[in-house]
Amino acid sequence: MLLLVGVTLVTFVLTNLVPADPVQASLGEQAAANPEIVEAFRERAGLDQPLPVQYVTFLGNLVQGDLGTSQQTRQAVSAELGRAVPATIELALGAIVVSAILGVGLGMIAALKRRSAVDQIIRLVSTIGISIPSFWLALIVYYVFFFQLRLFPGSGRLSAILTPPPTVTGLYTVDSLIAGDMVAFSDALAHLVLPASVLALYTIGLLTRFARSAVLEVLDQDYVRTARAKGLPGRAVLLGYVLRGSLVPIITVMGIAFGSLLSGTVLVENVFSWNGIGQYSYNAATRLDLPAIMGVGLVVGVVYILLNLLVDVLYGVIDPRVRVA
Amino acid sequence: MSDSTRRGLAGSGSGPTGDGAVRIRDLRVELGPRSARRTVLNGIDLDVSPGQVTGLAGESGSGKTMTGMAVMGLLPAGASVAGSIRFGETELLELSPRRLNAVRGNRIAMISQDPTSSLHPMLSIQRQLTDHYRAHTGASKADARDRALELLDLVQVPDPATALRKYPHQFSGGQLQRIAIASALMCRPTVLIADEPTTALDVTVQAGVLRLLRGLCDDLGLGVLLVTHDLGVMSALADTIAVMRGGRIVERGTRHQVITAPEHEYTRSLIAALPEHHRPADGKDPS
Repeated sequence: MLLLVGVTLVTFVLTNLVPADPVQASLGEQAAANPEIVEAFRERAGLDQPLPVQYVTFLGNLVQGDLGTSQQTRQAVSAELGRAVPATIELALGAIVVSAILGVGLGMIAALKRRSAVDQIIRLVSTIGISIPSFWLALIVYYVFFFQLRLFPGSGRLSAILTPPPTVTGLYTVDSLIAGDMVAFSDALAHLVLPASVLALYTIGLLTRFARSAVLEVLDQDYVRTARAKGLPGRAVLLGYVLRGSLVPIITVMGIAFGSLLSGTVLVENVFSWNGIGQYSYNAATRLDLPAIMGVGLVVGVVYILLNLLVDVLYGVIDPRVRVA
Repeated sequence: MSDSTRRGLAGSGSGPTGDGAVRIRDLRVELGPRSARRTVLNGIDLDVSPGQVTGLAGESGSGKTMTGMAVMGLLPAGASVAGSIRFGETELLELSPRRLNAVRGNRIAMISQDPTSSLHPMLSIQRQLTDHYRAHTGASKADARDRALELLDLVQVPDPATALRKYPHQFSGGQLQRIAIASALMCRPTVLIADEPTTALDVTVQAGVLRLLRGLCDDLGLGVLLVTHDLGVMSALADTIAVMRGGRIVERGTRHQVITAPEHEYTRSLIAALPEHHRPADGKDPS
């Protein structure tokens, strides 16, 4: 709770520290030259009040679920975020699921085949994944797989001829499954492939490296030898004992990776016209739309808090030694 | 132990059968990268017979642990093995990994030195006692749990039902080694390889674990290969003793012979290294 208040304060202060005048940005040159219009604008936006008063007003509205009105679109920021957040969650979840499977899988293989050619190849792939800047990769992938090869759709979340499924979670893939609309599901999934892959490449590389070292450490443990001595089948040893033992560092890195993945959405969503938080925050920032910027800051802050909470809860689920008695 | 428990425990389980003895003949093991290949076992002959504790003594690096690992098929990657390890009619060195898995943990079991690291810290005691039992016998979860309760009772872990729900960090080292022994005995093996079973334990709990091992050997007809550098432990438990040095067995005989009248210079130096009060005069239990 205290954290949440902190997030609002930091968001508010940072937003207002920006050395740019939202009045100029919103009104355009001619209107901004007219003192009367400027005064009226400032009054309506509450910008004529002292900052502490503005903050208290902001908090008061916030607890009522009111994040203010976007100066650009004249729509409630909360409603716009309500549409953008599920889009980004869908993208980020898709990317993190792919990263978890591929990253941990590749890391385990590299650890088991340590110092072999396979290990070297996986190391090369993960190094490439970590080093490639995502905005550059996004453009290349967009050009090659969409523009040239037409393998996957390259923009938006759903083909224009389809109607989005009725909203339950806001994730098109999940909602279309709930509605039993397989056409919409496969279309939504196809739209997810390129942007999610671009986002996932970095986290795959990161997870592969950490999973490799985590698994290597566990492979030398006595309890893995015990599992083998018990005559358990190889897969049971690997999944039940080795993976289980290396899960804590892997979950830690996944939490961090998810955070970096969210910041990656700003660029990737813009390339692939994915109307989520990333695109929304880009538009808000370039137009100095203060209520929208604060809204994004809040949402991202809350997501980080929830993420850390989730990781902490998972520690307890995985490792009985950190469970509170 | 009651007679009914004994019958229940001594029955032979499923899997490859045999007379329950392990016979090692001319076992040779080489390890290491091609450029620095070294021989760690150089022609070992050793028998582990039912109801007998066979002691394997020697300083670290003498190859005594490697001998146990060779029987379990747990030598490090890249090891080359020659010779013969027979378990009953089965040649263990020629088994496929799958068929080897049907023997180990089932007919031949192992306990290792430090129970705090040989049990998985994140898995419950019940899971660790029952997973291999269910894999080997196909028993139901409830049957496996009953068997685990029986074994925990046998190794004298207090309140077995509660213990099954706990995790390794909630037990002392001595209790954990008893649990590890229970886990090893789940499938009614005929041979137990005990690699330094008391070295990591407090001196005060060592004696209890040693008595337990001796009792299991006598009551269940278990053949124990006791690997230890501690001649004090050896003289308390072993029926026969083989002394290893540099990958060879340099001396062997009954406990009495080896402890009281060592023939090899190296054995004499090992015995001389024992503290005075621990040095058995006649090979009887020092306790």
